[in-house]
Amino acid sequence: MAVAFDEMNGPNGDLRPAYQELSRWLKETPPDALEHRRQEAELLFRRIGITFAVYGDAEAQERLIPFDVIPRIISAKEWAILEKGLKQRVRALNMFLRDIYHGRDILRAGIIPDDLIFQNPIFRPEMNGQAVPHDVYVHIAGIDIVRVNPEDFFVLEDNARTPSGVSYMLENREIMMRLFPDLFARHRISPVEKYPNELLSALRSVAPLSASAEPTVALMTPGVYNSAYYEHSFLADKLGIELVEGRDLIVKNDEVFMRTTEGLKRVDVIYRRVDDDFLDPLTFRPDSALGVPGLMSAYAAGNITLANAVGTGIADDKAVYSYMPEIVKFYLGEEPVLKNVPTWRCREPKDLAYVLDNLAELVVKEVHGSGGYGMLIGPAATKATIEAFRDKLKREPEGFIAQPTLALSTCPTCTEAGLAPRHVDLRPFVLTGSNHVTIVPGGLTRVALKEGSLVVNSSQGGGTKDTWILDE
Amino acid sequence: MLSRTAENLYWLARYVERAEYLARTIEATLRVTALPNTYIGKTNEWDSALMTAGVSASFYEIYEEADERNVVDYLSFSSANPSSIRNCIENARLNSRSVRTALTSEMWDTINSAWIDLQETWGKGTTTREELTRFLRFVQETSLRFDGSAYRTMLRNDTYWFSRLGLHLERADNTARILDVKYHVLLPEDEHVGGPLDYYQWTSILRSVSALTAYHWVYRETLKPWLIADLLILNDSLPRSLASCYGNLVRNLDQIGVAYGRQGAAQRHARGVRNRLEHSHMDDIFQHGVHEFIQEFIADNSRLGEIITKQYLI
Repeated sequence: MAVAFDEMNGPNGDLRPAYQELSRWLKETPPDALEHRRQEAELLFRRIGITFAVYGDAEAQERLIPFDVIPRIISAKEWAILEKGLKQRVRALNMFLRDIYHGRDILRAGIIPDDLIFQNPIFRPEMNGQAVPHDVYVHIAGIDIVRVNPEDFFVLEDNARTPSGVSYMLENREIMMRLFPDLFARHRISPVEKYPNELLSALRSVAPLSASAEPTVALMTPGVYNSAYYEHSFLADKLGIELVEGRDLIVKNDEVFMRTTEGLKRVDVIYRRVDDDFLDPLTFRPDSALGVPGLMSAYAAGNITLANAVGTGIADDKAVYSYMPEIVKFYLGEEPVLKNVPTWRCREPKDLAYVLDNLAELVVKEVHGSGGYGMLIGPAATKATIEAFRDKLKREPEGFIAQPTLALSTCPTCTEAGLAPRHVDLRPFVLTGSNHVTIVPGGLTRVALKEGSLVVNSSQGGGTKDTWILDE
Repeated sequence: MLSRTAENLYWLARYVERAEYLARTIEATLRVTALPNTYIGKTNEWDSALMTAGVSASFYEIYEEADERNVVDYLSFSSANPSSIRNCIENARLNSRSVRTALTSEMWDTINSAWIDLQETWGKGTTTREELTRFLRFVQETSLRFDGSAYRTMLRNDTYWFSRLGLHLERADNTARILDVKYHVLLPEDEHVGGPLDYYQWTSILRSVSALTAYHWVYRETLKPWLIADLLILNDSLPRSLASCYGNLVRNLDQIGVAYGRQGAAQRHARGVRNRLEHSHMDDIFQHGVHEFIQEFIADNSRLGEIITKQYLI
């Protein structure tokens, strides 16, 4: 694996312009001052209760995601490229989903094989021919971006279902502004605080026709035990909307209502952070206690907008992902701005053969996996793990894709041994309303805190950083 | 407001109030049991502490004897006791998390920090009297901070009113329970009236509801059992008296009724109880039996809880 590109000390060890001020400041600041601020930050996170849960870990039902106080900096020029590419990508995703659940031009054009869609458990036949308000499927996308050199941005994953992490983008900024006012004064940083406002206006813009002029929006959570519960309550608070659970909602005559102290009140738009499977026990999993019986029939009747729409998972399936460059070209007639990571689809015998021959060099992922689980990182894996994966691959090749092991870029990060480079990724959040796509300049930077580790997921020892987009 | 939000706010306030009351009960019991036997007699004060907390039956399923160690542990830290102080704070935090959007940051911070302290400082319980005293103070300060931040930072709308309903309903229940357990020492015909035994029992009751100083200000008299009963039951100026709790319950329910443009069974029931308290005199209460009066009140109070739940919370 090649030496990773460091975003501060570029390829030849030359300090990159966006980091000049930070580098100077780091030299002036004694290391124990940084440590002191780090502890202060941790205290703030705990007091505010910004925690997440790790499933299956009874000891640590609520944990803090480690916060690294060294910001990650992206120049205005770099952001301009990202913004263009992300908007393009999300437009294509929405057009693709609309097409898949209606005319299926892309299948007829032979660009994507039929069975990849129809045999896919994440495809929702319930959505066939179902209109969704304003043809928006993915209202909120959290697209994971990685870099391997100064020139290119790669999309690693299109999170088109219920992406999380935006509360960290907002809270990290608040905490950094509190802890490092001087450092802020030395930069021109694009603000992120408009995100809740933009999100609310996007959600209101997609209200169904039968909604009143002042549509009621609610955020639906699986409840306090969900790993992202803090984020749900945080967003509901910032948006000024009710945080509802399934049991707070009831469907009557194909309309959705919430139970309030003054009786039933109609809801028009649900920003749901509950997976498709659990939304409506009458349509999906009958054992789900998190959902609302009849929700899907209200949806079919066009009386409620679900954000994101049901069935968007088909667009962030990792095998479908491998077709994204073609998808962008097909719907927009444009060259994709952001690159895809080269991907071998194990469902195709030629690719599978290659993957099996090169397991020790590749990253192998489940097509429906997320959170960094069920993944093989060849170069870091033991022989036994590799062999176990080989068996899994042979047994169920269509369940996997493989990619080269990318030397993710690094950023300076506080470690026990002082500042050291650690691998990072970036998740910007792209919002789609009835007639506009917007991105707040920023995102969630996740950092793999362990030396050499490429896994940035918070469930597996990853941390976060504030992400600064310079406004030059 | 979501019914579930109202329910969480209501229970949040109840749990915090209950935790404080338990802390006060333990504190008062510690004081009275520290006295030589000649002052306090042979009664088991720890046993009556269990009774005022309403957990005697479940206690004896686990323990043989109601001594200081067992009772303190059961009332404070036991996870087997659903209304131990620890569980009250745990439940308060859980309710807070469910309704974070309806809480001010000050209220959240109070509950969340208490919950963190509970784990970090008090995770293993207490071993010495000194630690216990610090713990009990921590619980009372948490409640004061919570109440104070609710009072000072909450919008005066239904979120506030439902929170107050929980507080006053729980408070009325607690005061009534003390009276229920201790009523016999307040009876004027009791043979030991005025003896040292009763004096310490009386101060103990007053301490449990933080009314010892208040008593002297209100009556400017030495302790008289019927005046203590009057203070705790009928005196509107004592925040923990039944009359004061019902004044507040009626007021908050009225505000909800006005805001929603609708009165209901809860408003009527609360008004009924308040009117009865308003028109009662201590003489009559004694004549008809303090015990019966209190039992009736406890039943009425929990009935109000049920009505509020049915009318607003589900």
